[in-house]
Amino acid sequence: MATATNDNVAILNVGDDEFRRLNHIQRAVMRLRKDYITLIALTVIGLLVLMAVTAPITTQIVGIDPFSENLQKTYAAPDGENWLGTDDKGRDHLARLIYGAQISLSVAFTAAFLALSIGLTLGIITGYYGGIVDDIMIWFITTLNSIPGLFLLLMVAALFRPGPLTFILILGLLGWTGTMRLVRGETLALREREYIIAARAMGASDARIMFQHIMPNLISIVIVSLAIQIGGLILTESALSYLGFGINPPIATWGNMLSESQAYWRKSQLLVIGPGLLIAVTVLCLYVIGDGLRDAFDPTATD
Amino acid sequence: MTRHIIRRLIQSIPTIVGVTILSYLLLAASPGDPVRQMTFGDPNMTPQQREALSARYGLDEPWHVQYLVWVSGNDWMWWKYDENGEFSEAVTRYGIIRGDFGTSIPKRSPVSELIAQRLPATIELGMAVFMVSLLVGIPVGIGSAVWHGKFFDSSSRILAVMGQAIPNFWLGLLFILIIGVSLDVDWARGGRCDLRANRRTPCGQIPITQRLEYLILPTLVLSFGPIAGYSRFMRTSMLDTINSDYIRTARSKGLPGRTVWIKHAARNALIPIATFLGPAVVGILSGAVVTEQVFSWPGLGQLFIAAIGQRDYPIIMASVVISAVLTVIAYIISDILYALFDPRIRF
Repeated sequence: MATATNDNVAILNVGDDEFRRLNHIQRAVMRLRKDYITLIALTVIGLLVLMAVTAPITTQIVGIDPFSENLQKTYAAPDGENWLGTDDKGRDHLARLIYGAQISLSVAFTAAFLALSIGLTLGIITGYYGGIVDDIMIWFITTLNSIPGLFLLLMVAALFRPGPLTFILILGLLGWTGTMRLVRGETLALREREYIIAARAMGASDARIMFQHIMPNLISIVIVSLAIQIGGLILTESALSYLGFGINPPIATWGNMLSESQAYWRKSQLLVIGPGLLIAVTVLCLYVIGDGLRDAFDPTATD
Repeated sequence: MTRHIIRRLIQSIPTIVGVTILSYLLLAASPGDPVRQMTFGDPNMTPQQREALSARYGLDEPWHVQYLVWVSGNDWMWWKYDENGEFSEAVTRYGIIRGDFGTSIPKRSPVSELIAQRLPATIELGMAVFMVSLLVGIPVGIGSAVWHGKFFDSSSRILAVMGQAIPNFWLGLLFILIIGVSLDVDWARGGRCDLRANRRTPCGQIPITQRLEYLILPTLVLSFGPIAGYSRFMRTSMLDTINSDYIRTARSKGLPGRTVWIKHAARNALIPIATFLGPAVVGILSGAVVTEQVFSWPGLGQLFIAAIGQRDYPIIMASVVISAVLTVIAYIISDILYALFDPRIRF
């Protein structure tokens, strides 16, 4: 009898929760529809991602390859064939920018997801259990954060000379502390709520409370921090690649394209302006999206 | 108060110890070592010589022994004494707890000397950035609160988001290329006063105006982000303060708007800015690594990047420890400032 009631309540609870969450997101979408700046930013990011994903197909159709060199046509000005001109080895600049987008975006997105999953899991666990687990985690994070971020990243990236995959791992494994603090703080507040006490009184396990009851309430702050983190990671990746400690040529990323092209300023300014402008626009859009989503999820929050 | 400071200092010891262990582990786990890096491609180097070099710098020991030597020196290692009881190593080290940062392996000079050469440049840049970002950021923040929702507010908001989104190495690069290369301006091509210094006129004797010229662009580039941060923070803080009762009282007494804003609101709104000191130091140190590289600014960041390339363990460790200590101290100071400004906060 007791178990039956328990199950019933649990099922009801899940249904109730899901209903509420849908509503919450629907409400956010309604608010987003009126926020034109965020919508524009979302469109720009969408187009960039689309461009990056379809790069192999489009370049094949147009018949331009980002790696094929043409030493008779270096530093060319934009023309009908090479829309944004060519670089020092006669490679098409636009094609390289698009392929650079592929690497820069996929590195940032994957690393951000990795960092987010680590931060979310650890944040919920430490926030929920508190006590010694919390103390150890906080000590660990304080330690990690007292080395200025770039020092640590440079050290790891330079010492291990990573390929793209290891580089993603490094960025993800070193980037979760911010999210974790955020999630931990929110969990600390949530675990004292009545509905959590009710769930516990009904015999819900710790794991169930953490992932069924607390996590759905974290979705909005997590999505917001994801957008901002992706932006931050694009900046970090480009800075590291620019310094020569990130992803190295011939693979094009926006960062390493800049470190190559700064020497050719007098011959072609476009080679310096292109990658930097793309980084700035992408990061700007991601920050705007982050801001817009925060407003959409929580209209009462200020700046 | 004093007790609180002492407690914070004691609490930060495990953090610093953790930082050193973590960094040493990273160095030990990474492929390559300073000797191999230094002698790479040297045809006259026999494997025996290489081993002798490794032994000389203590690199043949396992990493925890190396770490202990780095912390406490190597003069206690009795198994290395010869029959006369003398230390058989040529290089005696005293360890970081006795103030010995070690000797740079490829450069063969004491790390403390190398750091002392570089630290002033980083501090100079850091202070300049800190001052500029406070002096610009706070007034802009107050302005956007006073005219909030108006043109000034929205345009400063756009600038703030841009300040955080534009990669500062690219901004620096554009400045150098446009002003320095295309417009051919001498001081805009990077470097510090060292460029103009020679044996007859060392850096200290160059007129301050000429030294400041070199500081303009790196400071501008590096302050863009912090200005954005401070102004947004100050704006929020001002808007929070404006709604408090004492401001309403001041208004109803008939005080002019300007007095209320500056004397009553801004003073209190400034308090939370103190908490920004810690993150600001971290930001400046991190940003300086890249900006110093872009502007060939001979600071700690440049030394650090060069050291990483050469696997120069003593310099890497010293830079990490110094930046970690600076960070920890900055966080403690910002806590103290917060308490000083706001007497309601007690420890």
